[in-house]
Amino acid sequence: MQDFTGTITPADLHFEVHHAGVPAIDPAKHTLLVHGRVDRPTVFSLADIKRFPQVTRTHFIECAGNGVLGWGTNEFGKPNPALTPQQIAGLTSNSEWTGVPLRVLLAEAGVRRGAAWFLAEGGDACLMARSIPMEKARDDALVVWAQNGEPLRPEQGFPLRLLLPGWEGSTNVKWLRRIELGTQPWMTRWETATYTDPLANGTARQFAFEMDARSIITSPSHPQTIERGWRQISGLAWTGRGKITRVDVSTDGGRTWVTAVLQDPVLSKAHTRFTHMWEWDGRETIIMSRAVDETGYVQPTRAQLIEARGIGTLYHYNPIYGWRVMPNGRVFFYGAT
Amino acid sequence: MHRAFVVGVALAVAACRMDNTAKGPSRYALGRAATAAEVAERDVDVSPDGAGLPAGRGTVAQGAALYVAQCASCHGANGEGIPPYPKLIGRDPAAEGFPFGKDPRAARTIGNYWPYATTVFDYVRRAMPQPAPGSLTDDQVYAITAYLLAANRIIPMTATLDSASLAAVKMPYANRFVRDDRRGGKEVR
Ligand code: HEC
Repeated sequence: MQDFTGTITPADLHFEVHHAGVPAIDPAKHTLLVHGRVDRPTVFSLADIKRFPQVTRTHFIECAGNGVLGWGTNEFGKPNPALTPQQIAGLTSNSEWTGVPLRVLLAEAGVRRGAAWFLAEGGDACLMARSIPMEKARDDALVVWAQNGEPLRPEQGFPLRLLLPGWEGSTNVKWLRRIELGTQPWMTRWETATYTDPLANGTARQFAFEMDARSIITSPSHPQTIERGWRQISGLAWTGRGKITRVDVSTDGGRTWVTAVLQDPVLSKAHTRFTHMWEWDGRETIIMSRAVDETGYVQPTRAQLIEARGIGTLYHYNPIYGWRVMPNGRVFFYGAT
Repeated sequence: MHRAFVVGVALAVAACRMDNTAKGPSRYALGRAATAAEVAERDVDVSPDGAGLPAGRGTVAQGAALYVAQCASCHGANGEGIPPYPKLIGRDPAAEGFPFGKDPRAARTIGNYWPYATTVFDYVRRAMPQPAPGSLTDDQVYAITAYLLAANRIIPMTATLDSASLAAVKMPYANRFVRDDRRGGKEVR
């Protein structure tokens, strides 16, 4: 992540998380079954799916657990300083995806009244499955077969994956082979035992789909060593709730903030590159960034997030993180915001 | 005046959504009808109300034997989990009362965390044992589910599970699970 420029992640460097390995699927034999609360249970081949109207959209996918290393592996107030951007925020990647809107496929099968949720199931060894509200199908859900202009990589769900823009990574079901429409969530293991967030008030938050706004300075960062004088601060910001509207940068440990430049075009539910020119005077300091999205949400400090949720949240860590620049120019992770 | 404004806004919204999906017919006559057998073969999911549970039954004792043979090598003889494999069994008093939000070290198990018993059946049938998912018969999955629930002190050691009795099992902490209340905006949640 610290070595990328721009906003697109090369397909072979897209992060990978899978629950039961990567299946080898023959695209000529792969089919998608749509059934349940529909008028016409339908089987689509890959060739069928590619004949529907196509759309190409740029979106990030972020694992719900992105950031766990910066959050939880150390005592509070004593985060490990030797973490890189990849280690603290690298489970997000941004691609240009091509596919068919899910609502077009579902119209083909005929959505019956009362369908409120659908189950998306993959063809991997564990048949990974997630329940998704139908509103997302009516909104911007896609069934995609291409990434950055080429077929999906096997690790990214070849030949078909669900793409739910802005929603936690595990809902973007890979190797998609079945969609069932129903009235209630199925309560699979991946929406009960895992991907739920225990809160300090003794509850656990379920179906926490939207990824909160977040940003990270990717340069300068650990393990770089920097020189005195002018240089560019550069980083990525993103939100599951639309567009990034502003990124603030602080070069004095959060005492003062300036507005960074956002690289055009700023796309919805996509990585946005921000930059800020900075003259380093050679003194020790902490630099950090703070994203704001179109709902008015301001990326919180770690202390604010702990105040709202407690320390036991298992996913969805989006605190402001920074980098401590030492007088010798070495740069270290700073997590105690 | 007001109405013209509303129509104008509606047109603008429609224009934003304009891609080639907006121009075509409502159906393209692509894909083919799924046969009942095709649906039955793939439709493996189980719901909390018991929908989708197959015929069959199994006892805690049968499940205990299957667990030793097929699961203990990863999940431990007593379900304690051999890292990195997850802990499945345990009602440690220190981890009762749903302390997880305050204490990240409290270990979650089926007994102290999982909100639905049907999820155990659904997950074991689709995903376990990890080296050979799908290899267990429905009777065996009922038996292993019965064992995991009994070892977690949810059902008696003498129990037999079938579709009706599994759907009737209530998990102790089901009411702790709440829907996402984050909505964006100024508030941090
Ligand atoms: C080769 C090792 C291995 C064997 C054998 C195995 N498992 Fe697992 N099991 C795993 C792994 C790895 C995971 C975690 C998978 C993941 O994170 O997606 C897991 C997860 C689980 C879970 C979910 C735990 C949680 O808290 O989410 C259950 C339940 C489970 N296994 C039951 C079983 C049963 C029952 C058997 C025997 C029939 C079995 N396992 C055999 C490796 C194994």
